[in-house]
Amino acid sequence: MNPSNGKGSIATASSSGAWKVGDVVPDQFPAGLRVLVVDDDPTCLVILEKMLRACLYAVTKCNRAEIALSLLRENKNGFDIVISDVHMPDMDGFKLLEHIGLEMDLPVIMMSADDEKNVVMKGVTHGACDYLIKPVRIEALKNIWQHVVRKRKNEWKELDQSGSLEDGDRQQKPSDEVEYSSSANEGNWKSSKKRKDEEEDIEDRDDTSTLKKPRVVWSVELHQQFVAAVNQLGIDKAVPKKILELMNVPGLTRENVASHLQKYRLYLRRLSGVSQHHSSLNNSFISAQEATFGSMSSLNGLDLQTLAVTGQLPAQSLATLQAAGLGRPTAKSGIPMPLVDQRNLFSFENPKPRFGEGQQQHLSSSKPVNLLHGIPTTMEPKQLANLHQSAQPLGNMNVQVNAHGGHSSSLLMQMGQTQSRGQILNESAGSHVPRLPSSVGHPAISNGIAGGVIGINGIGDNSRGIGYNQVRPTSSMLSFPMNHTSELASNSFPLGSTPGISNITPKGAFQDEINSEIKGSTGFGASYDIFNDLHQQKSQNWELHNVGLQFSASQNANRLQGNLDISPSVLVRQGYSSSQTSGQNRNVSDIGRAVFSGVESTQQGNTQIIGQQLNNFLVDNSVRVKAESIPDAGSQSILFPENNFGQEDLMSALLKQQQGGIAPAESEFDLDGYSIDNIPV
Amino acid sequence: MERNQMHKHIFLMRQSFFDQGLLDEQFIQLEELQDDANPNFVEEVVTLYYRDSSRTLLNIEQSLEKNPLDFNKLDNYMHQFKGSSTSIGAKKVKAECTQFREYCRAGNGEGCMRTFQQLKKEYAILKKKLETYFQQTRQAGPSETACRPRMN
Repeated sequence: MNPSNGKGSIATASSSGAWKVGDVVPDQFPAGLRVLVVDDDPTCLVILEKMLRACLYAVTKCNRAEIALSLLRENKNGFDIVISDVHMPDMDGFKLLEHIGLEMDLPVIMMSADDEKNVVMKGVTHGACDYLIKPVRIEALKNIWQHVVRKRKNEWKELDQSGSLEDGDRQQKPSDEVEYSSSANEGNWKSSKKRKDEEEDIEDRDDTSTLKKPRVVWSVELHQQFVAAVNQLGIDKAVPKKILELMNVPGLTRENVASHLQKYRLYLRRLSGVSQHHSSLNNSFISAQEATFGSMSSLNGLDLQTLAVTGQLPAQSLATLQAAGLGRPTAKSGIPMPLVDQRNLFSFENPKPRFGEGQQQHLSSSKPVNLLHGIPTTMEPKQLANLHQSAQPLGNMNVQVNAHGGHSSSLLMQMGQTQSRGQILNESAGSHVPRLPSSVGHPAISNGIAGGVIGINGIGDNSRGIGYNQVRPTSSMLSFPMNHTSELASNSFPLGSTPGISNITPKGAFQDEINSEIKGSTGFGASYDIFNDLHQQKSQNWELHNVGLQFSASQNANRLQGNLDISPSVLVRQGYSSSQTSGQNRNVSDIGRAVFSGVESTQQGNTQIIGQQLNNFLVDNSVRVKAESIPDAGSQSILFPENNFGQEDLMSALLKQQQGGIAPAESEFDLDGYSIDNIPV
Repeated sequence: MERNQMHKHIFLMRQSFFDQGLLDEQFIQLEELQDDANPNFVEEVVTLYYRDSSRTLLNIEQSLEKNPLDFNKLDNYMHQFKGSSTSIGAKKVKAECTQFREYCRAGNGEGCMRTFQQLKKEYAILKKKLETYFQQTRQAGPSETACRPRMN
């Protein structure tokens, strides 16, 4: 048994964990591996526990999925791997699998007496890293540690492929970790894991170990600053050193930033890299990402953080969107990573589930979206941003959409936890986005819009909206990023006020509906990415939005901007509210509705708006929309925390932009970038 | 010595379980988990199994009395039951479970009921035999307690 770990008791499986670099001799690995085993059958549970103990693992057993989830949540770094039965009375094993993937990014092994191919396949698609057929033999359990190592290695590998990482950083990172442990591989693994854990840790900084770097808690504010810095530099050029300089946070080291950046990139990449269809890989990937980021925000309770993050997004998203959207139309499609990373950071775990086609109803329906009402939840902006970024990749919006979806999901999830509303937005946004495109015709825009709209509209009107992370058509969302984000955020809020599980649950429902939960999230991720892209590209997105929305982007570049703001939300809304089926029309109408509700709260029922109407609406409302939003659009960092400005702020910022060319929104939003003229159709 | 005799007897008994197909390899896995720290592990698990699975069997029994039969529910119960039976290596019981599930999928209520009766029989037989087995094992066990001549 691992001496440093109790017999798998939770207490030992705390963040200090058994894998403290300084404490555990790496060579003992895999002894002491912290396993959580979940099975409703007491006989099997006892046998498994005994077997795992015989393998020298630190075992915690639990017979209900809900308990398992709360255990995992309470001890984010308390376990290395989870083994779960497929058939459980309180929660489907696959659902648990998804939750874990999303929130904690731990390897999960499924097991069942059922060896039918379709069930095993389901395990694969849902992201299980292995599937054991009962009766489980001890030999099978002896090797489960490989999944833990593999996952770590893959994460490193992904980081490697991020590209943008400074070589120095990367090399330095591993080497840093190596110095922590005697065994290279395991040490790296553990170190990296430790680092990851540390960074994900919400605890205050504390130099607990001389071997470890001081823990950095990536609070919402900090993350906002980080994202702002990254956006300023441009995701491609964001190197830890510069980010560090920009952030100017005392005590923050370059390594902290570097590793955070890695995660962020992974997150973005995941978002954008997820294809529309259910791809378990994507899901896993995203899950991982999201999990990572999710942890950042402490799904469990960092409302503030989430908000902050979300809030931040808007500002950032806007900026990013502008930059991304305008500048890098292809950014999204091409390189999901940056976006994904970003998204990850935002912990848009919710996005995934968002894909649910409008499943989010309950999410969104909770409150009539106040698109414009400054929804306190900062999430909106973020979400929008995300959406935007996702939307960015004009070309392959779909991909983005997925990404958004993913993001959205995470966002949603986060939001849910903190603010269900926020989540909803994200999701909605995500989902809407895809919708929009269809109707709109420009996938790109849809995404963007969807994202945006979702936030705003989704929540109020349609629970669906929120769930619509699936915005597959990743398109347009991009453009709308900034403005919408805020809106979206606000939307989410109304819906999801119930933090935590409740929020997530809808998503879960979504997922079911969606069919592939993963997809849902990916969709969201896409949205986010779109937003991010937009944000970064500045103005690119806007164009996209416009196009997608069919707002006749061509009509008024400016208006588009304004409209974009609105339309995306509108679109999104529509997407949400309308059943997934109708898609565009519905989306549009929903969106229109959403927008309306948000903006004028009049025409909620424009179901047929689809685009044209939206256009009109947008035009009309664009001004309004703008006016309302974002007072603090500029202050990204502030977005989150207790910012109610949410939508309204964004809206006003947007409007301002529209009117004035560049919204007063602070530079952070980069409203400047929203010149609609560039809409890359 | 009686002790040796007992041991031999127990050994043969156990062997018969495998020969007759009452138990399979999984049971051996359980035995291998037994160690000094948990000297009665197998017995504990089997006891736990019988206690827990009796509830499931009751559920199935009640469900079989309903009309019309809810095959889905029956299948779910049986899946549960099969899982635990498999984990202790109850081979014959497991076979009956499989058969039962097939009938469920085929919607064959009659077949389900017949199989269930058979299953209960096997289940009871195994229970009795294992009880005896454990009892004797404990009596004849490695402990220093005086060997009791009684074997039952």
